[in-house]
Amino acid sequence: MRRFSWFNATSLTLGFAFLYIPMIILILYSFNASKLVTVWAGFSTRWYGELLQNEAFLNAAWVTLKVAVASSTIATVLGTMAAYVMVRAGRFSGRTLFSGMIYAPLVMPEVITGLSLLLLFIGIGLDRGIVTIILAHTTFSMCYVSVVVSSRLVSFDRSLEEAALDLGCSPFEAFRLVTLPIIAPAVISGWLLAFTLSLDDLVIASFTSGPSATTLPIKIFSAVRLGVSPEINALSTIMIAIVTVAVITASFVSKRASVRQQAEEKAAVRATG
Amino acid sequence: MRRFFLIAVPYAWLLVLFLIPFVIVLKISLSDTALSIPPYTPTLDFSGGWAGLKAFFSALDLENFWFLTSDDLYWKAYLSSVWIAVASTLLALFVGYPIAYGMAQARDEWRPTLMMLVILPFWTSFLIRVYSWMGILSQEGFLNQFLLWTGIISEPLIILNTNTAVYVGIVYTYLPFMILPIYAALEKLDASLLEAAEDLGCSRIQAFWLVTVPLSKNGIIAGCFLVFIPALGEFVIPSLLGGSQTLMIGKVLWEEFFNNRDWPVASAVAVILLMILIIPIILFQRNEQKQREAEQ
Amino acid sequence: MTEPVFAPWDDPNEKPLIEFKNVTKRFGDFTAIDDLTLDIYEREFFALLGPSGCGKTTMMRMLAGFETITEGTILLSGKNIARVPPNRRAVNMMFQSYALFPHLTVWDNIAFGLKREKLPKDQIEARVQEMLKLTRLEKFSKRKPHQISGGQRQRVALARSLAKAPKLLLLDEPLGALDKKLRQDTQFELMDIQEKTGTTFVIVTHDQEEAMTVASRVAVMDEGRLIQVATPAGIYEMPNTVYVADFIGDVNIIEGHGTKTGDGYDVTFAEGQPALHAKTDAQLGEAARCYLAIRPEKVTISAERPDGAVNVVQGTIHDIAYLGNLSTYHVELPTGQILKAQAANTRRLSRRSFTWEDKVWLSWTDTAAVVLER
Repeated sequence: MRRFSWFNATSLTLGFAFLYIPMIILILYSFNASKLVTVWAGFSTRWYGELLQNEAFLNAAWVTLKVAVASSTIATVLGTMAAYVMVRAGRFSGRTLFSGMIYAPLVMPEVITGLSLLLLFIGIGLDRGIVTIILAHTTFSMCYVSVVVSSRLVSFDRSLEEAALDLGCSPFEAFRLVTLPIIAPAVISGWLLAFTLSLDDLVIASFTSGPSATTLPIKIFSAVRLGVSPEINALSTIMIAIVTVAVITASFVSKRASVRQQAEEKAAVRATG
Repeated sequence: MRRFFLIAVPYAWLLVLFLIPFVIVLKISLSDTALSIPPYTPTLDFSGGWAGLKAFFSALDLENFWFLTSDDLYWKAYLSSVWIAVASTLLALFVGYPIAYGMAQARDEWRPTLMMLVILPFWTSFLIRVYSWMGILSQEGFLNQFLLWTGIISEPLIILNTNTAVYVGIVYTYLPFMILPIYAALEKLDASLLEAAEDLGCSRIQAFWLVTVPLSKNGIIAGCFLVFIPALGEFVIPSLLGGSQTLMIGKVLWEEFFNNRDWPVASAVAVILLMILIIPIILFQRNEQKQREAEQ
Repeated sequence: MTEPVFAPWDDPNEKPLIEFKNVTKRFGDFTAIDDLTLDIYEREFFALLGPSGCGKTTMMRMLAGFETITEGTILLSGKNIARVPPNRRAVNMMFQSYALFPHLTVWDNIAFGLKREKLPKDQIEARVQEMLKLTRLEKFSKRKPHQISGGQRQRVALARSLAKAPKLLLLDEPLGALDKKLRQDTQFELMDIQEKTGTTFVIVTHDQEEAMTVASRVAVMDEGRLIQVATPAGIYEMPNTVYVADFIGDVNIIEGHGTKTGDGYDVTFAEGQPALHAKTDAQLGEAARCYLAIRPEKVTISAERPDGAVNVVQGTIHDIAYLGNLSTYHVELPTGQILKAQAANTRRLSRRSFTWEDKVWLSWTDTAAVVLER
């Protein structure tokens, strides 16, 4: 029995209001005609128009997208390998160090990660630019991917792989034909996580980027340091809209799949009665 | 062979791009500032052979760390970082617990939606979420407009660019990290335990304190660490919402590096920040491990 | 016309399909299989029976190639298989969890192994169809594993592992996940399929009834050793140790002191009780400490002292377990020992002759008890 009292209703209402009102205000005022961000002067899409003509922002967005796609893809490959090693490889020398290096970046302050990578790139004489950002992002996102994938692998029935071997697969075929299709949802969410982390990152990108490559968060940060701007509101609205649509679609699709699966399982049980 | 390849590739990647950079930070923190490129001495030069190596090590010292203790800017920054992180963690707990509790008590068909509403902000840009408060907390912002309109205040409050704004920012951005583990703990809680407690003579409030809170302890601890650890090294929030008097170590490190270009001191600041962080990280790991063992 | 009895293990000219030769398997300090030697013949339905942790699953996994051998050799058709990886062995396994690939249909699951052999499409099609027919799954070929019932999943797993026509099929607790009724039906189906395909089956189970029903021979294992390998009847009627006697079915164990008399032994087990006689070819050691194992259904219960019975003891009925077709009487001897006797309930309940605290006589023949040394 659940007790849903007025107290719970109030705390949920206030809590979600706290979480969502700032973003709602941001979205509303991105349609404000006035340059003064806190005074409403009528509806307008003017700032979206200006944003689309702002070459610097568009360039930064393009760089950010390239970095995010590249780093999250490499991170997914490396992170899945690392997860496989953590869950399946058993003992090998240096395992403790390996798992330490997987978990440490998750709790490391970004300023330290950024600083240390920058010092490395300078030390080996690598010019800072899009490549260094990709390397940096890959390094910390692969750890997130590996955590997501290994939590799926832990619950993975190992006899499925053994069955594949038993039926004549080589170990790599077993991975490609059996393991990968089954853990695919975890690998995909690992990729999405890596992708958003990369899109989002300001601190590490600031340390590792050079004059040739500026990402969107760096651009936004330097703009908002000077105060609230309606163009940034418009940009934020676009980003929030994309994420919201993506997350809601994803959860809708996965919910439908699980509902269908449950219904089918019930039908299977009933059919044999 | 295949196994070796599988281990070696991610291992090598992490060694080169995670561990070695740290060693470099540690090394530079022991070096001296110099007006050269790179702006520190000594630089490691293998051509000098053994003698060169010896000279290299003898030139390293703890001078930067002494410097950090001598200038009260640094230890004040460390203290104030810890203080801000602790205070905002407690605030986040205070705000997050009722939300998690309400979610756990909500009807089954509502819970996935509520869950998604908590997770959604996590996927939206951190920077944008922090930024959204700038328009609310500024002197002519929405909060002041609202309070002036209701007549609660007659003069606008100054919130933006103070520590208060930093608290608000941290609580706001890290709230999902607090809610989710507490919710996970509360959701597992068997409702019949509360009925048993009431059956044995507890009032509802007593039952809450004597049964619900102790049983959600692990969630509370996990949530607190998940907020505290990133808050301690936070940079974006203090630099956007905080003022010039807001001292947080992430910001100090950034300024030391980008504005003063003092790499050795920035590295020393990083090393000490890491040493402060190791304690909560180990405590957190231990808590997680204990929980995993208890579940087995 | 009598069919020749299937007993290749008694034929010295028969070549075994599988030979375990002094096989030992250790996991760290733990010895899972201890110096084990065993032959399994073609077309056998061989059961490995024992409690969990006795090493039966390890033996099976060594045959499949998922565990390496620490010492000794395993030969399959005379060839050492130690260095053959699992994907190159003519051995297939049916997993306890069935291990059906959840992302593939029933058809694709069965075809999985055939596709690895790069067989032409029409051959794969034909073979899968044959397997579907054998396991009566034709209607379900397009379904995914979560869309069918537990019993159907079990049959898919069987069809998949048989599709490649292996020399040897390993079955790891194949019926463990089914409920009792379904399990009994499936046991006969398994035997049928084994006979039709002529494949050698090795089954691992902890269910003694299952092993007795399906197997041509049963190996009882404990702590990594083989205790006894024999036909189900041999295991039941002539257990070689108290452990085996106790593990299979219900048994009375009487500990006593044996003296050689005539064609067997006289066993004295308590003061004031008559010595019990049992025929045996066995020779007891010096100590002559021995155990008599008597199955409860071989003990006759009667109100009067039976005439001419070799072994007779008196006691009082302590407890009656009514099982429907049978009743088991727990009879307490004056020494405090409890002996179990089973009687068929040929009459209705109200006409039953014995009740609690009745004085009764228990008797059995001189061939009913088995004399065991340990």
